[in-house]
Amino acid sequence: MAAKAGTKKIKEITENKMEPAKLGILLFIAAEMMFFAGLISAFLVFRFSPAPWPPEGQPRLPIAVTAVNTALLILSAFTFYKALELLRKGKKGMYLLLLVTTFLLGIQFLIIQGNEWMKMVQFGLSIHANPYGGFFYGLVGLHGIHVFGGVLALLWVLVRSLMGAYNAQKNLGVDICRTYWFFVVGLWPILFGLIYL
Amino acid sequence: MSQGHHQGFWTKYIFSTDHKMVARQFLLLALGMAVFGGFYAFLIRWQMAFPNQPAPFFGPVTPDKYNVIITMHGTIMLFFVGMPLLNAFPSNFLVPLMIGARDMAFPRLNMASFWMTVVAAILLMSSFFVPGGPAAAGWTGYAPLSASSEYTGVKIGAVLWLLSLAFVFISSSLGGINYLVTVVTMRAKGMSYSRIPLTVWFLLAAAFTFFLAAGPVLAGAFMLLMDNVFGTGFFLPFKGGEPLLWQHLFWFFGHPEVYVLFFPTLGFCLDIIAVFARKPIFGKKLIIGSTIAAIALSFVVWAHHMFVTGMNPTLVTPFAITTILISVPFAIIYVCMFMSLKGGSIRLEPPMIWVLGFLATFLVGGLTGIFLGAAGADIYLHATYFVIAHFHYTFFPSVFFGGYAAINYWYPKMFGRMLNKTAAILHFVLTFIFFNCTFWPLFIVGMGGMVRRIADPSFYPQFAIFSHLNVFATISAMCLISSQTIFLWNFFYSMKNGKKAELNPYESNTLEWLAQSPPPHGNWGPKLPVVTGDPYEYSQPGEASDWKSQSSYKGDAIHG
Repeated sequence: MAAKAGTKKIKEITENKMEPAKLGILLFIAAEMMFFAGLISAFLVFRFSPAPWPPEGQPRLPIAVTAVNTALLILSAFTFYKALELLRKGKKGMYLLLLVTTFLLGIQFLIIQGNEWMKMVQFGLSIHANPYGGFFYGLVGLHGIHVFGGVLALLWVLVRSLMGAYNAQKNLGVDICRTYWFFVVGLWPILFGLIYL
Repeated sequence: MSQGHHQGFWTKYIFSTDHKMVARQFLLLALGMAVFGGFYAFLIRWQMAFPNQPAPFFGPVTPDKYNVIITMHGTIMLFFVGMPLLNAFPSNFLVPLMIGARDMAFPRLNMASFWMTVVAAILLMSSFFVPGGPAAAGWTGYAPLSASSEYTGVKIGAVLWLLSLAFVFISSSLGGINYLVTVVTMRAKGMSYSRIPLTVWFLLAAAFTFFLAAGPVLAGAFMLLMDNVFGTGFFLPFKGGEPLLWQHLFWFFGHPEVYVLFFPTLGFCLDIIAVFARKPIFGKKLIIGSTIAAIALSFVVWAHHMFVTGMNPTLVTPFAITTILISVPFAIIYVCMFMSLKGGSIRLEPPMIWVLGFLATFLVGGLTGIFLGAAGADIYLHATYFVIAHFHYTFFPSVFFGGYAAINYWYPKMFGRMLNKTAAILHFVLTFIFFNCTFWPLFIVGMGGMVRRIADPSFYPQFAIFSHLNVFATISAMCLISSQTIFLWNFFYSMKNGKKAELNPYESNTLEWLAQSPPPHGNWGPKLPVVTGDPYEYSQPGEASDWKSQSSYKGDAIHG
């Protein structure tokens, strides 16, 4: 009884199991998911209310162009995935090529989205007539800001890569950027399905 | 790391990345903002007791000013006093010290989190100087009042209020991520999860709850901002919007937020009880299990704030059931606290007195919550002063009794000096008496039917019978606020003139007491402490002394 608490067998922790930055970005993404969950649940309240959706007199959203854009964004997640795998195998040339491809795909997504957005403004999709326009500009805009953030992070990783900061063993920065990019890409098909289709 | 590393004035005191300095910055921010929050509390009480008579230092509290004052009082007290005092300050100061780390996982993020809170405070206070004045839709910002300037006449103020809240939410979420990552990745050797002190557990529980709850209210704030800036009409019925949606998004956050401001206090209380009762904590695993249950339940009780809003009545019963259910884990924790006290050799030092005061007062708040969770009673009581009394009996003990307990307990470690004991006890006695005298009458007034959120009680002749109770509550509130000057004097005077503190003045087991007082940059000497024991090994049979530190680390011998 006397020695019970003192000699209790407890596993000694020797090494840190996880990179702090990696855990940090995962938690950050969890918080972001709750943010978008809030927005999406608000959207669903309107989408499935008895009132007609979209409201009468509002332009239809461009499905075909955005579907192609969605496919290209998903492709960018694949190129980024491959890029880091190649870097981990020490193939730096191929890594840089795929990283640049990912970066360019990200930029083209933003350009096409911006272009479509401008067209919607011209077609008269109003932000203040009713929540329909509000959700389009709000949700698509917020996602666009997140993609823009991801593109900036990609640019940072690209510049650091050209300076030779990463190699097969040391590539945490690329990994974190990739994790965030997966989140940004993974979110889009959900928003596309809900808002456009 | 960087012992004896030279720091300039700016990097040491202003843009510091040292977790202890960031903690002190948060503490000072909380105390500074509490002065404003307290002043608005005084103005609210003044108007309730002496309607339409000019208030000292202010002038007449007109209805438009009254709306601004209640909005600011709530916003400041919750987000700029409660959260810095109970979450940011102790998490920053204690988490690295109690787990044997040198700093946070992300020190620069930590600094950014503090300065974002400062920006938020500046945004909020600057709204006093813009046309239309500050936000006036209540601290809950109910739509449509908050969604369009035509209701309150406030436009820029509402936008500033939303931006300010967004900054606080983002800063606190980032802070929470930092604390969680620190505990997972930076524990000293031997600091297994079962050896982490309960203070750290509860600070983590609060951080975790907050960062899950903050997303939806940020989403709501974003939509409300769009309503105000672009006129989207998400929450405006005449544009096809849903005003109740705001309340859902807000309370989905709002109820877990209540526990964000309660968990840390539970942690302080448990650690302080163990030290000052010289006993291990009763049912530590039960406490942790109850906390997990409470976190899970806290996300499915939010609509009990909305029983009277006209929401779907079918939903009322499930939410009433979950609400009553959530009192079970807290009752278990409470019983564990009393069992931890039972048979202990209690040392009535100021931190312990605050804890006992907390146990007594919070109990009233907790029990009256059951009345409000039961939908039938809530429909009568919801719009009355009973609710004001109830949540002040929860928040005030939690934020102030818990906060003062923590400050009294860790002050020697923070500043290397002891607080004046006589002043600390006097401060407790006056606060305890006047707190109860302020809020107890409000239960009676509320049950009598006096409604809350009214700017001028003299407008309703039926409330005249409550005027003597209102005057009594107001005079008590003024005494309560004045009593806090004893604390402020003690806090600042003792920083320079207090008795020098020993390294471990309370004979406590936890790691922070092994570091120097105040701990230097980097906290520990060249070697980190190695943890060999549980934090609550007090009065173990067969041991010579009634305490046994978690580590045999000799801090003072190594430091130069």
